[in-house]
Amino acid sequence: MLEVHEAVVRYGAITALHGISFEVNQGEIVTLLGANGAGKSTTLRMLSGLHAPQSGHIMFEGQDVTKTKAHLFTSLGIGHVPEGRRIFPQMTVEENLEIGAFRRRGSYSDDLERMYETFPILKERRKQIGGNLSGGEQQMLAIGRALMGQPRLLLLDEPSMGLAPMIVDTIFRIIGEIRDSGTTVLLVEQNAAQALRLADRGYVMENGKIVFGDTASNLLTDARVRAVYLGENVES
Amino acid sequence: MKRVFASAHVKRLFSALAALAILELMTGPPGSALAPTAGFTGSFGEPASFLGLFRTQRWVLFLFLALVMYGLWSAWLVWGQQVRTATAKAVSAPRAATRTRPVRWGMAVVVLAVALLLPHLITDPFWQAAMVEQIAVYVLLALGLNVVVGFAGLLDLGFVAFYAIGAYTTAWVTGALPTAAPFGIHFNNFYAIPIAIALAMGSGIILGAPTLRLRGDYLAIVTLGFGEIITIFANNLYGITGGSQGTNTIPHFSLHVGPIKYLWGLTPVPYYYLTIVFVILFIAGFKLLEHSRVGRAWTAIREDEVAAESVGINPLKYKVMAFAIGASTAGFAGVVTASQSNTIFPSSFTLQFSINILVLVIFGGMGSITGVVLGAIVIQTGSMYLLHTPPAGYQPQDLYIYLGALLVVMMIFRPAGLVPSRRRHREIGLAEKGEGHMNEVLTGDTP
Repeated sequence: MLEVHEAVVRYGAITALHGISFEVNQGEIVTLLGANGAGKSTTLRMLSGLHAPQSGHIMFEGQDVTKTKAHLFTSLGIGHVPEGRRIFPQMTVEENLEIGAFRRRGSYSDDLERMYETFPILKERRKQIGGNLSGGEQQMLAIGRALMGQPRLLLLDEPSMGLAPMIVDTIFRIIGEIRDSGTTVLLVEQNAAQALRLADRGYVMENGKIVFGDTASNLLTDARVRAVYLGENVES
Repeated sequence: MKRVFASAHVKRLFSALAALAILELMTGPPGSALAPTAGFTGSFGEPASFLGLFRTQRWVLFLFLALVMYGLWSAWLVWGQQVRTATAKAVSAPRAATRTRPVRWGMAVVVLAVALLLPHLITDPFWQAAMVEQIAVYVLLALGLNVVVGFAGLLDLGFVAFYAIGAYTTAWVTGALPTAAPFGIHFNNFYAIPIAIALAMGSGIILGAPTLRLRGDYLAIVTLGFGEIITIFANNLYGITGGSQGTNTIPHFSLHVGPIKYLWGLTPVPYYYLTIVFVILFIAGFKLLEHSRVGRAWTAIREDEVAAESVGINPLKYKVMAFAIGASTAGFAGVVTASQSNTIFPSSFTLQFSINILVLVIFGGMGSITGVVLGAIVIQTGSMYLLHTPPAGYQPQDLYIYLGALLVVMMIFRPAGLVPSRRRHREIGLAEKGEGHMNEVLTGDTP
């Protein structure tokens, strides 16, 4: 579904991505793991058109989207939940969801109802402004907003950041449901243990390179991953 | 009572004294090259009368006023909360009533009726002229700038450029400039309207497309430069614009359709009605725009540009759109002014003019159509009043001191403007708590 070939991203003199390649197949949850500064967020910025790669290319459903502008990605079928959630703080919950359907023609009220079913808390808060929601509710709103664009591939950037463990469990359960309902997910996470338990496959990034990739279950038992990313907290 | 000299009291007293001393200097006489300290000594030493009750010197009067201010301030700290809850209780019912649709329409009808009857109620020629040149036209300009600053959150300091383009286009199509009118035909002013709007919009797009990628203060600097460029062009392209002399042969509007013949002449009243019609059209148009898909895109961009992009909004497209709509409104205002006064000079298209319009928008309430209309009416009426019946010692150039002071006071007590837009009010409220992206809009910082 999504293929990245030898993508290089530079910020001025600094090379953030040294030619990374990976792929995401239809119906999977793929997770990108790595420490701070490994290039995870740059990869997602690149995949949502916010920073085009200097070389290499990105294919989505057989179409070259390397140079596509950021605002056109939703129309292609790629939804982006940005790092730090970035919901519109003054818009109400409902307005936030509605603007997620900005590029769609026709009625989206069915989807709105579906979002409220997936996230009942958002229905309760539909007339409240986004800025007054808790972190977990904002994360749900950001995911809901992206889903309103009917993506076939959803990019999630650090959805667990700054959230209480219980909320993280809920968010991860919902990500699983999203995959089960047919949307492919690319998940960037620091919370490696939880991400790998949910994901089908994973890639490990270090210093702007993908050092290895494997199925999630293999990665969970991989000595290198266990040592560096899972530390003492391995439960599996 | 024992703690009368506690530091809070002393602080309040000194603040009141300082505020009144500043006010005293502001309202005092100007200095001159020969007597550079006259402004200072005069401000404090000149005789003054207190409402004709007693005659004294200015410093005594202001000391007295400072004590009154200190007293009121102290009283407010004690009883303010009670007063506030009482007023909130008293106005809550009428305020809730104004939110209902029939009441809103009713108020609009009343305002419209007053606006239409106004020239018959105010017959003073000074005020009749001011109502067109200084109030109605400024309402238009404020409405236009509100789209740029209020809706899209772009700081435009060169708004005057589009106004000048509108005015010079009128002169050009009606054959009042040294350069030949298009096709050698001297068009009626009404034809100038679409041409001026198109040219102003076009220059808005040409300026906006490359520069609107910039944010906040960078954009402000570029637009500032553009405003200056247009003025310098008007001043120096003698063969085209008439140079610093400008032109004074722009005809009036005239209507000539079948049996209907009408010429707008020197009297301002017909111009007043013409402008009011367009003000209503612009208000209606901008109201629709505000609640349309485009308006929602502007809100999204203003609140978080990156998030807006992530939901599929093309920020550049919508920013250029806001810029072009604002520009065309200013261009239209230029047509009205040029036709009404018959004359245009480059010296009337200054940075100060752009700032003046921005003050109207900020004072009225960024993003609130009712607010900016009211803001423009209040400030322009006030400044015209000062010009018409200046209080003792008032000089026309003092106006900006007062406007500046007014804005400072506004920013303290009503930062979202006279009639805040609901959303902007929340944005500024959140920005004060250090949340949201309002500071990004105002300063261009990216979080």
